[in-house]
Amino acid sequence: MNAPLKIFVEGIGVWAQGLPGWEASRYILCGKMDNATISAARPTPDILPPAERRRAPESVLLALDVAQQACAMAQRDPRDLPNVFASAYGDLAINDYLCATLARDPGAVSPTRFHNSVHNAAAGYWCIATGCMRSSTALSAGSASFGAGLLEAALLAHTESAAVLFVASDVAATGPLRDVIDCTAAFGVALVLTPQSVRAIARLRLTPRSGNAPELAPEAAVLHAAYRTNPAARSLPLLHALARKQPGALTLAAAAGLMLDTEILPWTK
Amino acid sequence: MRNYTGAPSSGLSIRLSSRILPLAITAFTATCAAGRGVAALAQALAMRKSGLIYNDFGAPPLACWIGRVTGIEQMALPTAFSHFDSREHRLAWLGLNQDGFIDRARAVCERYGAARVALLLGTSTSSIGETERAYRELDTDGRFAPEQRRSRVHQTHALGAFVQAVLGTNGPCLTIATACSSSAKVFASAERLLRAGIVDAAIVGGVDALCASVLYGFNALELVSPEPCRPFDANRRGLSLGEAAGFAILESTTVDKSAPCLIGYGESSDAHHMSAPHPQGLGAQLAIDAALVRAGLAPGAVDYVNLHGTASRQNDVVEAVLISRLFPATTLASSTKAWSGHTLGAAGILETVITLLALERGFVPGNLNAQTLDPACGPQIVIDNRERALRVALSNSFGFGGNNCCLAFAAAPA
Repeated sequence: MNAPLKIFVEGIGVWAQGLPGWEASRYILCGKMDNATISAARPTPDILPPAERRRAPESVLLALDVAQQACAMAQRDPRDLPNVFASAYGDLAINDYLCATLARDPGAVSPTRFHNSVHNAAAGYWCIATGCMRSSTALSAGSASFGAGLLEAALLAHTESAAVLFVASDVAATGPLRDVIDCTAAFGVALVLTPQSVRAIARLRLTPRSGNAPELAPEAAVLHAAYRTNPAARSLPLLHALARKQPGALTLAAAAGLMLDTEILPWTK
Repeated sequence: MRNYTGAPSSGLSIRLSSRILPLAITAFTATCAAGRGVAALAQALAMRKSGLIYNDFGAPPLACWIGRVTGIEQMALPTAFSHFDSREHRLAWLGLNQDGFIDRARAVCERYGAARVALLLGTSTSSIGETERAYRELDTDGRFAPEQRRSRVHQTHALGAFVQAVLGTNGPCLTIATACSSSAKVFASAERLLRAGIVDAAIVGGVDALCASVLYGFNALELVSPEPCRPFDANRRGLSLGEAAGFAILESTTVDKSAPCLIGYGESSDAHHMSAPHPQGLGAQLAIDAALVRAGLAPGAVDYVNLHGTASRQNDVVEAVLISRLFPATTLASSTKAWSGHTLGAAGILETVITLLALERGFVPGNLNAQTLDPACGPQIVIDNRERALRVALSNSFGFGGNNCCLAFAAAPA
């Protein structure tokens, strides 16, 4: 379709049950550590003051936690990074609350929960918490949200010649929405992507191509179950490759009928 | 939530982006309460005929005014797409069928190949109205009724998936959801895809249908006016909500030298508050500055600015002060939300189409419903329509989360 889009990965963040942060997850993804006993209760991004952390919805905590991890690893000031937040479903718990309240007593809708229901709530809280005034985008591409967001973020990094923060996250469906939304566990991943880098851990070569990406389960057996619980977990094969620090290639779904061929080249650090 | 870190150190020193090549806007359409398609919309603008009606939406309806598109309840989607049925998608279908847009879009796919055409749509609530309905009609076990178990409808990307199914595009396909800036930001994403050579054309747009979430949600925030909204009036009492669908096609200027152009865009964040604007409008200023830099223009070159102008107390005063600070008196500015209501995620595309009509037909729509302008307004903000040849115009869109986008357009060459 085109010459590949070359992009460096400087920072990674991850949070899911059994994957509490990138440092520990690297070992888990390589099969060097058993994650069966790890249970992190809630993501805790300390970029939010304690009072806000208690009040913030899980979707916001999750996205901010992985975003903070990735920026810290990249040693980048979040204020300097345009950001792209991908989520297939937004805050499913708030949607459940809103729809249930509207069906019962429309006048009782909470104003705070309403403004937290916007798809860009996590992006907005991130910009407020960090003081970032750069471009901020929230998007969905359904089950292809991870690949679609990665392409959007890589393109933004290239066209702006800037490091970009990319976050993909979704939380589990609650209430009657469980009948229609197949998302049963929280999963968040973040990458700091740059067109040029002196401290990257890997380089990606992204090539869009027509067709539907095959459903490829991640190689590590321990991840098979997690892969199917959340659209953001489509990142697991990429995270696995990054953790192994070995060259690899995989294909991500980027839209209905569009794939993103992804080559991974480890970089010195 | 407020900014914890004090004034952002990057602040206004953020490095601005460089100039872009113009892109031809080879087709555009919009549908809202003030009119279906560009001819009806242009006529309503010229005649100063508002589409706002007393609210008859929801149960019980709130005491306010809305911009409701009539006839959606009687519509049906074609059988091939009936599984996508929702008010949002009926409105999208209605919008796609104005001004021959659906044929123009399919012709673009034919010309370049569907894989070389991106589809980028903005919405704030997508088909949440249908999810609300499913919750009102849960079965006795508290579960979705069988006919509502339609995963593809009850999620954010429902809009992108539906329009992709209708038009047959096969390139990148995103639903951008940054609240009220959504369908302005699609132009920026489209420009990047075209510049990188990933696609040869982009179909952009936005749709937001009225639903209980936004009516009761904005009401809970005490932002809804009990009377038809009056942007920039000293005695304005809040916003009127509306619904709209709009679409446009972006291509290289080499294929059409007689089309109006996207010449710049700016995207920024307030880093201030989830639902209130930055008091000095710094985020909005960054977006306007970036749009002008990308267009390679000074503020004095701007003939007209279509303002965000929701008629909320806070937005309008901040935006009025900003406009009088940034632009000379020769730049005219107005909000057109008294015609359509605030159409949220569709506001970016609707007001882009209005701006393109102003450029094409040589007029500035005034601030309908305003009687006495807020004292914060400078000479730029006008109440009455003006006849005037326009070369360059901007359109502002600001959303919750402090998400800002400004688009810059140039009239078709004379």
